[in-house]
Amino acid sequence: MAKPFSIRHQPGFTAIAALCFFALYLPILVLVVYAFNAASSTAEWGGLSLKWFQSAAQNTQVIDATVRSFQIAATAAVIATIAATMAALATTRTPPYPGLTFKYAAINQPLMVPEIVTAVALLIFFSRIKIFTGYSGLGYLIAAHTAFCIPFAYLPIRARLENMDLTLERAAADLYATPWRAFRRVTLPLLWPGILAGLMLAFVISLDDVVITEFVKSGGQDTLPTYMLGQIRRGITPEINAISTAFLLLSVAIVTLFFFVSRKRD
Amino acid sequence: MASAEEIARAADRKDIRDRWLLSAPALIIILVAATGPLLIVLVYSFLTSAAYGGVEWKFSPEAWVSVFLERDIFDDTLSLADANITIFWRSIKLALMTTVVTLALGFPTAYFMATRSEKTRDLWLFLITIPFWTNLLIRTFAVLQIIRNEGIINTLLMKAGIISAPIQILFTDTAILIGMAYVYLPLMVLPIYASMEKLDFRLVEAGYDLYASRWQVLRRIILPLVKPGVIAGSILVFIPAIGAYVTPSILGGGKNMMISNFIELQFGQAHNWPLGSALAITVMVIVMIALLVYVRNTGAASGERRG
Repeated sequence: MAKPFSIRHQPGFTAIAALCFFALYLPILVLVVYAFNAASSTAEWGGLSLKWFQSAAQNTQVIDATVRSFQIAATAAVIATIAATMAALATTRTPPYPGLTFKYAAINQPLMVPEIVTAVALLIFFSRIKIFTGYSGLGYLIAAHTAFCIPFAYLPIRARLENMDLTLERAAADLYATPWRAFRRVTLPLLWPGILAGLMLAFVISLDDVVITEFVKSGGQDTLPTYMLGQIRRGITPEINAISTAFLLLSVAIVTLFFFVSRKRD
Repeated sequence: MASAEEIARAADRKDIRDRWLLSAPALIIILVAATGPLLIVLVYSFLTSAAYGGVEWKFSPEAWVSVFLERDIFDDTLSLADANITIFWRSIKLALMTTVVTLALGFPTAYFMATRSEKTRDLWLFLITIPFWTNLLIRTFAVLQIIRNEGIINTLLMKAGIISAPIQILFTDTAILIGMAYVYLPLMVLPIYASMEKLDFRLVEAGYDLYASRWQVLRRIILPLVKPGVIAGSILVFIPAIGAYVTPSILGGGKNMMISNFIELQFGQAHNWPLGSALAITVMVIVMIALLVYVRNTGAASGERRG
C-alpha cells in the first residue's frame, strides 16, 4: 500500500537530520567514554577506571586554573549583568532619542568584531598599561571578560523588558509609589527571569573564552580553557578527557537551567 | 510661568539625561576594554616594528605594504607576498566551504526539527542547543580524537579492511573544514529553524494543490520564505569561521595556518606587531563587508515584504 501523501515530507531531509544529530553527539560521546579509560594513552582502551578524574582533581595546575576561571567568570558576569540591566532599562520602552542608535551599536560592538582582533587590541593596550602602572593582576582579564559579556547579558534582559506590561508600573505610580519603589517592587521582580538568564549566559561565555584570555593573560594566569589548549598542543593524555567531561557536565547543567528560566512565563 | 509644553520638554530632557547616566557603565566598560583598543591597533599598524616585539613610534607604511607584498632582501624589489596570500586565501576558502557545508546539512536538519510535533520540537531544539553552549575548545578536541590516525574513523576503516594504513586527516585543511563545520553547525541550524518554525504550511499545501513537485515547493515556496534565516545562519557561520583561532590551531597544526594563527605569530615569535595589527584590521574589514551584505540583504527582504 502506498503511504499517504505528506505535505511536510522532503526526500532525504530526515536522513540528513539523523546524520547531523549523530555526528554532533558521536565525538562528544567518544570523548566522555575515553575519560574513563584506564590506559595511559588515548590511543588504546584499557578498561574502565576513574583514575584520570582523580589525577585531574589532584593536579594543582588544574585546580588553580579552575579556581581562576570561576573567579573571573563570576566577577565578570555579575558586573556585566548589572551594567547590561541598567543599559537595557535605558534603551527600551522609549521613543527614539538622540544617541539611541549609538548605544545599540556600542553595546553590540564586541559581537561584530572577530575575537582575534579584540584579543590583539587588548594585548597591545594592556601591555602598555602594565608597563605604566606595574599592575599585572587578574583585573585585566576581568575587564576584558566583562566587556565581551555585556552584549550577551543585554540580549535576554532587553527581550524581557520589551515584552513587559507597562500598565503595572503606571498603576504603582498612580498609587504614589516613588520611582525607586516602583522599580524595586514591580519592575525588578518582573524582570528577574531576564536578568537571571543574562547572568547565566554571561557566566558561560566568560567560562568558555579561549582567544581573548590567551592573549591578555600574564604568566601564571591560565584559566581552565587556556590550560587545556596548552596541554592539547603538547600532546594528549586521558586527563584532558576527564577535565573536558567535567566541564561538559557543568555546561549541560547551566544550559538546562537556562532553558527552564527563559521558558518560564511569569 | 512655564507652559505645559515647556514642562513636558524639560521632563523629556531629564529622561534622556537619566537614560545616558543609566547606560554609562556599560558604555564606558565597552569603550575602554573593547572599542577603544581597536583604534590603537589601527595606529600600531602604521608604526615601525621594534626588534624584540612592540613598536617604535615612527610612522611607516611598511606593515601595510607587507600584508600583500614582499620586499626582496637583496635588491629591495616588491613582489606579491605568496605566503600571506596563501593564508588569506585559505581562510576565505575554508570559511566559505564551512558555510556551504553547514548550510547543506543544517537546512534539512532545521526543516526536520520544524516539522516535528509541538511537543517534541523543544526536545530537538534542546539537543541542538547543548553542543552550541558546550565549550568550543572541548568540541574541537572531540573532533581531534575522532579524526586522528588512532581515532575511531581510521580504526573502523582499518578493521573493515577498506584501508591498510590510516588516512592522514589531522593537520590538513580537510581537518580544519571538518572541525569548523562541526563546531559551527548549530549556528546555522538555529536561525534557519527560527524562521522555519513560523512557516505557514498552508502555503506548501496550496503549492501541491497546484501540482507543484516537491522540488518546486522547496525552491519556490519554502526557500524564499525562510531566506532571512538562511542569510542570518550563513553570516553567523562565516564571521567566526574567517576569524577562527582555536579550531585551526588544534586541527591544522603549525603548517596550515589561518589568518588568526598568522596574526598570533606576528605578536609571538615573528615580533612584528605592526604587521600583526595590519592583518587584524584586514580581517575586521572582511567581517564588516560580510555584515554590510547581511544588513543590505535583510533590509531588502523586509522591504519586499512591506511593499
